[in-house]
Amino acid sequence: MPLPVKTDDKQAMTHHARWTSYWQAAPLAAVLLLFFVLPLLVTFIVSFWSYTGYSIEPGLIFDNYRDAFDRCIVALPDLCTTFRTYLSTLRFCLIVWLLTLVIGFTIAYYLTFEIRTMTVRLVLALVCTIPFWTSNVIRMISWVPLLGRNGLVNQLLVGAGIMDQPLDWLLYSNFSVLLAFVHLNTVFMIVPIANSMSRIDKALIEAARDAGATGWQILLYIIVPLSKTGIAIGSIFVITVVMGDFITIGIMGGQQIASAGKVIQTQIGALQFPIAAANAVVLLVVVLMIIATLIRFVDIRKEL
Amino acid sequence: MRKKDDTTNFSRRQILKGSAALAGAAAGTAITGFPAVIAAEPVTLRYLSTATNQSPAIAEKAAKDLGIKIEYVTVTTDDVTKRIITQPNSFDLVDTEYFSLRNLIPSGNLMGMDANKIKLVDKLVPAITKGEIGGKKIGLQGTAPNKVMYLDGQNSRKFAASPTEWITLIPTTYNADTLGIRPDLIGRSIESWAELLNPQFKGKASILNIPSIGIMDAAMVIEASGKHKYADKGNMTKDEIDLTIATLIEAKKAGQFRAFWTDFNESVNLMASGETVIQSMWSPAVTAVRLKGIQCKFQPLKEGYRAWASGFGLPRTLKGKELDAAYEFINWFLSGWAGAYLNRQGYYSAVLDTAKENMEAYEWAYWMEGKPAEKDIKGPDGGLLEKAGAVRDGGSYNERMGSVACWNSIMDENAYMVRKWNEFIAA
Repeated sequence: MPLPVKTDDKQAMTHHARWTSYWQAAPLAAVLLLFFVLPLLVTFIVSFWSYTGYSIEPGLIFDNYRDAFDRCIVALPDLCTTFRTYLSTLRFCLIVWLLTLVIGFTIAYYLTFEIRTMTVRLVLALVCTIPFWTSNVIRMISWVPLLGRNGLVNQLLVGAGIMDQPLDWLLYSNFSVLLAFVHLNTVFMIVPIANSMSRIDKALIEAARDAGATGWQILLYIIVPLSKTGIAIGSIFVITVVMGDFITIGIMGGQQIASAGKVIQTQIGALQFPIAAANAVVLLVVVLMIIATLIRFVDIRKEL
Repeated sequence: MRKKDDTTNFSRRQILKGSAALAGAAAGTAITGFPAVIAAEPVTLRYLSTATNQSPAIAEKAAKDLGIKIEYVTVTTDDVTKRIITQPNSFDLVDTEYFSLRNLIPSGNLMGMDANKIKLVDKLVPAITKGEIGGKKIGLQGTAPNKVMYLDGQNSRKFAASPTEWITLIPTTYNADTLGIRPDLIGRSIESWAELLNPQFKGKASILNIPSIGIMDAAMVIEASGKHKYADKGNMTKDEIDLTIATLIEAKKAGQFRAFWTDFNESVNLMASGETVIQSMWSPAVTAVRLKGIQCKFQPLKEGYRAWASGFGLPRTLKGKELDAAYEFINWFLSGWAGAYLNRQGYYSAVLDTAKENMEAYEWAYWMEGKPAEKDIKGPDGGLLEKAGAVRDGGSYNERMGSVACWNSIMDENAYMVRKWNEFIAA
């Protein structure tokens, strides 16, 4: 650090301060540039290359994108593989988002407004993270003895005489995928929403109540608008996780349900890097479009 | 990687300590009188393969017999191929499947191994080198090892039609795969691959989700059902791929499959929990289910087996004492102890004579001759595998390997096949 110069006037001061902030941001910027922007750029470039089973050749061809959308237009109104895959992933995304939002919001509300002491609040917040104490894969495999054909739930249902036959749709189905997603992702909603809620001035709520607002009105006109940032941040977490997922859908769906991530993984496994890169670019564009839409409704920067 | 770091550390330490250390080392050598070669660190070989072929017992025994340290690098089947193509300097020895050679050899990252340096090269089983057993040809559809065993020259990227002195892979393990079933839940005999798509097992069947292997199982099923006869199941035309995938999609939409699996443990879980009663399976997975005390059979089928083989290859850049050590290790591997160890796991080894010398007579009779076990059969870990009197599924070596119908393969239309496979998963 250079020593402060004695003759600094106001202009030099602001000049100096501006550079300081750049320096402070530099390490993170460098890391992001090196490990995020650069690989992304390479992925984008490689998506135009050609490939064989054992090599990739630099080039500027659009075959990979054409293959990714193979017969997507001519087959309409039938959906091609890519459209069907994205439709299925988007459907999961929407349902998981709605469920985690409602559940996450409720829990965050309870933690912030119903719990009086900080200690209890902290303990309960930690309890929410219990699912993350083991690895993702182990968590999902543990569903099998619970939901399987001979699992606990089915044994209970059949044993109690409620069902004559075990339910097959409890596992390796859309239901089990949704269950696992909600179980895994709700905490990503709870934390940012609770964070936004904790900053709401309690005096506002008291004022509203004094002015005669009902509980629902307070919720709708005060708490929800002031939690919007938390909701948006939580939504971004959940949507990006679900859109890019292939492990949860793979294990809980018995690998019978397609996901954009799984398609990419299979192609990488077959050493077809360029077409995998093209699919990754398509996935990125879709996710970015969703996030852009989201940000149009909520100005995240304003609230941070 | 670690090996390199070690040498770096060593030289840095030398430099740091300066001449005093060097003088000390020289004095030490002078006093003990050991030649420099023995005082040097033992050679370490980084051994790249899937978990299936790795065993601490083999590494331990090799260290004891040869003084070579084996450092296992464990990855999945697909990643072995990926590592060879993208990071050919990250290992000294690789154990990979013959079918992936169609991608590996053109990449130029593996060397042809000198047959003259392999002591037992003439004893390698003819099932692999010539595609025959007892002089009789076996099924060679797909990437049969004998088609990709030899190269034109050491650095050639072309396979030789007849044996040469340049070998691509020295076989380690191979086997004949079939469907696994739960006899207790099925309650009748299963004789054909076609049963995988029998509506009787609706919602209780599974196929493996590794395209290049799953498509072969599917082809066996379709041919068995009489729907289509392939010229070569391991090298389908685009139309044949379309037909195969369409059949799979139809079955999937009808709810035939409970789930698909990609990893050994998944297949064990599906079968052991009773989620599936019939599915693609690998031999050690059947053993794993049985070790849980659950009935499971590696069912021989009348259309034959889908075979696979795996072997040692060397990266082109390997040289010096690592190269010598690699040849030494491979020769040791063929000399019997390791072969016996693998045979006891239900695999087959590359040189049968030497493996036989390292097995008890009753073990050999059970595993290789298909005879009823005279005594209890124990696994490599000493656990009880089969009680006395049991007979191996599928019988003897000659019966099992003799009934091979096709081999795992990479097709000419591989890229198209993978795309269609993804369609099947998405359907």
